[in-house]
Amino acid sequence: MLKGKKVIAIGERDGVPGPVIAECLEGGGFEVVFQVTECFV
Amino acid sequence: MNFENQGVIKRLADQYGPENLAVVLGNGETSGVEVFAETVTEGDPSYAGPLAGVALKIPVYHVLEPEVTESVPENLRQEKLELSSLVIDVEPMRQVLQASREKLSTARL
Amino acid sequence: MSNFARPVHIGIDGVFYSLAHVPQLVRFGSKPARELVDRPSLQDELNGSLRSFTDAVAYAAHQTFIGNLTPEALRACKAPWFENSIEGASEKGRFGDLVDQGSFYRLLAQADQFNLVSLDQQWLAGLSRGVSDGQRLQLRTSDQIAALIQKGALPLGSGKRMAGCFEPGHAEDVNLTADILLENLAAKATAAHALSSLMASLQMAPMDVDYVISCSEEAVGDRYNRGGGNLAKAIAEQAGCMNAAGTDVKSFCAGPMYAMVHGASLIQSGLCRNVAVVAGGSLAKLGMKFQSHLEKRMPILEDVLASFAVLLGPPKKNQPCLRLNSASFHRVGAASSPQGMAEGLAEAPLKKLGMKLTDVDRYAVELHNPEITVPSGSGDVPRTNYRTLAALAVMRGQLKKDQMEDFVRDRGMVGYAPTQGHIPSAVSYLGHALDALRAGRIKNSLFISKGSLFLGKMTQLSDGCSFLIENAEESWRSNVEG
Repeated sequence: MLKGKKVIAIGERDGVPGPVIAECLEGGGFEVVFQVTECFV
Repeated sequence: MNFENQGVIKRLADQYGPENLAVVLGNGETSGVEVFAETVTEGDPSYAGPLAGVALKIPVYHVLEPEVTESVPENLRQEKLELSSLVIDVEPMRQVLQASREKLSTARL
Repeated sequence: MSNFARPVHIGIDGVFYSLAHVPQLVRFGSKPARELVDRPSLQDELNGSLRSFTDAVAYAAHQTFIGNLTPEALRACKAPWFENSIEGASEKGRFGDLVDQGSFYRLLAQADQFNLVSLDQQWLAGLSRGVSDGQRLQLRTSDQIAALIQKGALPLGSGKRMAGCFEPGHAEDVNLTADILLENLAAKATAAHALSSLMASLQMAPMDVDYVISCSEEAVGDRYNRGGGNLAKAIAEQAGCMNAAGTDVKSFCAGPMYAMVHGASLIQSGLCRNVAVVAGGSLAKLGMKFQSHLEKRMPILEDVLASFAVLLGPPKKNQPCLRLNSASFHRVGAASSPQGMAEGLAEAPLKKLGMKLTDVDRYAVELHNPEITVPSGSGDVPRTNYRTLAALAVMRGQLKKDQMEDFVRDRGMVGYAPTQGHIPSAVSYLGHALDALRAGRIKNSLFISKGSLFLGKMTQLSDGCSFLIENAEESWRSNVEG
């Protein structure tokens, strides 16, 4: 289901931040079209 | 999910088509995951943001789910995700997200 | 061997925390203010879920913040804390206080030098708490206040009546509107109150303070210099520190740790004998998660403006100190992943000192009260942070995986700080840390703070700063004193 999709990475400051998700997925050959980190506090 | 990000996702869905997109989350706890998943599949549950009443049906994954990590090169996985996988209990999130994705695939049949 | 093993100590003389309980300013918080524009009917719902001052005083998390309960005692308190009030709770704490709304309005009026705040003279005369400070206050009749509110001044409510109002500072400048100036003046007034109270608790004359650093988050300035700042000097003046200079040090939630390192460096360099580090409350964050609290039928818990003041000075033998050369900063090129942050802010400083993660008795991290954050799906922030440190210890072979929970319990604590941005960041634990060090209950504590720089849209970077505190082995024989 994930294969071939363009990825929107929504990270969390106290979980896994957006840039880290993007880096991991780009390393895996995915195209990341948007990445952001939400901060709830 | 904050309204600004909802707006961006709506715009990207218009641009690429929601069927070509996937959302990958990095949440630390399950409670946040449910709301996020609902927002990009069924629409904003608070009925206040740009995705209110907009069911994009974009599949949602957590970055620590095997479907995602198996695609990440070993060195990146060790360097960037190993610690988080000790901290974050992904199993309850996986249950929520799998259910949400199954609902999407049956809806499409 | 590097010289890091030889400690450079700067004394931490004391700390004072204050919580101004301002239920009727919750509507001016960023989130409630925006929601109220869309749905004015929400105001009634919001009003119905505000806490009384008595409830705010008896709230276990607040009693811990001002020093009447230890974090260990808080863990034993029955949850939810908002339904299980502390009997006989006092608004005066071991190292802090709670200020009621009426007293806060007076502090606000006293801090105003530009006729922004008008107080209703009838309301002021009717205050049950003694009014000894009528000086310089701009008093008006109820009719005059009503007319000003009609013209756009912000209402300062008190129960069902008006206590006063807050006028804009300029007809056109969007940086000097009433809501922005209220935010800024609230930070000044609460920080000055914390600093004055610290001086009183240390029996020190404000005139003896050399330097004041503010790490408040507010952007003070007009349209040509938004965020230009130096709230520090305004706070110092308000607290009577007439011989002090001052500047601001900011880095979002990491600000207080940087401010303490900068202050300690001014002392170490011999430039200053002492430095006060202060921060005022954040009005914008009031009611940030109020919708979740309403949904869960809880009182709106984000109803306090939190402030603090710390005094740094020369180290004294067997007294708590900041170990200045343990300080670590998050470098530009360092990873922003949780692992990168934990390595840079916990492992790196300890390594410098020849210590392991398990050599720290107590970690102070961001101590957000989980009762505020969990209902909105934001999770238990301190717990996540403690688990991250434990996980790093596991990866380094310093801890077994099944010992992670012990690590979290023994070297961590439950969060009790209001979600006021910079305030929860480790500095909230300083009062308890000083007590525990003096009593010998702990031998050290590592303070770690993180900042979300990406919120300002200037960089994707995170930030952070950390340092160890411990008792000094000896007093200073320095060129500063001698």
